[in-house]
Amino acid sequence: MTSHVPAIGGAIARGVEGEPYWKPFFEGFDKVHAWLDEVRPDTVVVFYNDHGLNFFLDKIPTFAVGAALSYQNADEGWGLPEVPPFPGSPQLSWHIIESLVADEFDVTMCQEMLVDHAFAVPMQLLWPGAGRRPVKTVPIAINTVQHPLPSATRCFKLGAAVARAVESFEADSRVLIVGTGGLSHQLDGERAGFINKQFDLFCMEKLVNEPEALLGYSNRELIERAGTQGIEILMWIAARGAMTHGAQRLHSNYHIPISNTATGVLLLGNPAT
Amino acid sequence: MISVRCQPIPGTPLFGADEAQRGYALNRMCYSFNSAANRQAFRDDEEAYCARFGLDEEQKDAVRNRDVLAMIDAGGNIYYLSKLVGIFGLNVQDIGAEQTGTSVEAFRAKLMAAAK
Repeated sequence: MTSHVPAIGGAIARGVEGEPYWKPFFEGFDKVHAWLDEVRPDTVVVFYNDHGLNFFLDKIPTFAVGAALSYQNADEGWGLPEVPPFPGSPQLSWHIIESLVADEFDVTMCQEMLVDHAFAVPMQLLWPGAGRRPVKTVPIAINTVQHPLPSATRCFKLGAAVARAVESFEADSRVLIVGTGGLSHQLDGERAGFINKQFDLFCMEKLVNEPEALLGYSNRELIERAGTQGIEILMWIAARGAMTHGAQRLHSNYHIPISNTATGVLLLGNPAT
Repeated sequence: MISVRCQPIPGTPLFGADEAQRGYALNRMCYSFNSAANRQAFRDDEEAYCARFGLDEEQKDAVRNRDVLAMIDAGGNIYYLSKLVGIFGLNVQDIGAEQTGTSVEAFRAKLMAAAK
């Protein structure tokens, strides 16, 4: 689970990860890289929210699952450099789609889906450098643009349903689940610039062993505590929902601010056996 | 469940059914700015571009005045508006300062202070 602030992509493009403003944030990923080298996932399922690149208000799906051979990044309008396409895993995508719909999650299926910074930045954070990323991807977009948004409970259940799908896929596959967004921030209105460290740390704590503690909040209550765009915690909740056997914290880092946002990374592994 | 209209959160716009309808033309114009050619067309003739997308007078005024709060009042959604303010050379700290009536330096200082 990680933040996806566009400015992070800008910093990567400019190669300034080591500068004082950025260092405490990027250093938070060193342990994640070491862990990825160890576990070597072959596929990544990414819960993210589209920011008006692929979806406009004419059609806003609540949950959209990518089912493409590859996913293009594209111009988002405000100058973030485009990054090369990400390979898809249509086989896993369609398996997830069939399983989700059988499980009463009636998702939108996308054979073409532009992925914005909320997908691309975390991929760059997890596998930095220009080399080819060693993973295939399945993007799952959750609506945070147009209310009503799905509830925290619904997103958690979506994550669990995705886990059931992944577990019934090829036995030797190694699938990483990523949730991107947040943490607390607000870009719009007279309360712009709102950050709530206490609530962010509460969420990062509860997500490990007691995610149910977050499911009682309505979206309005989450927005009140985390800011309008802090609602992106829904993606973290969906990712945690996918850890149906429990979780152990392997690493976490929290840093304020990047751009207008409190940022965090939380690495959870399956419970030790 | 969210009830967008009941119990507003001060200074915190929620984009619900009313905003989606009222702001459709403005947001549709902003969505078009994912294309560099469209951004240039807007720069070349702002008034004509706004008219082409059918913005109403309130929306046109908000755009003319670079007034983000007024754009939001007119149904603008921040995810799409950010593409428009990018054309004006403004980033999220600039518009944060504008909306909160403070300087960019003071706005940045407030963000830094949240770490404590």
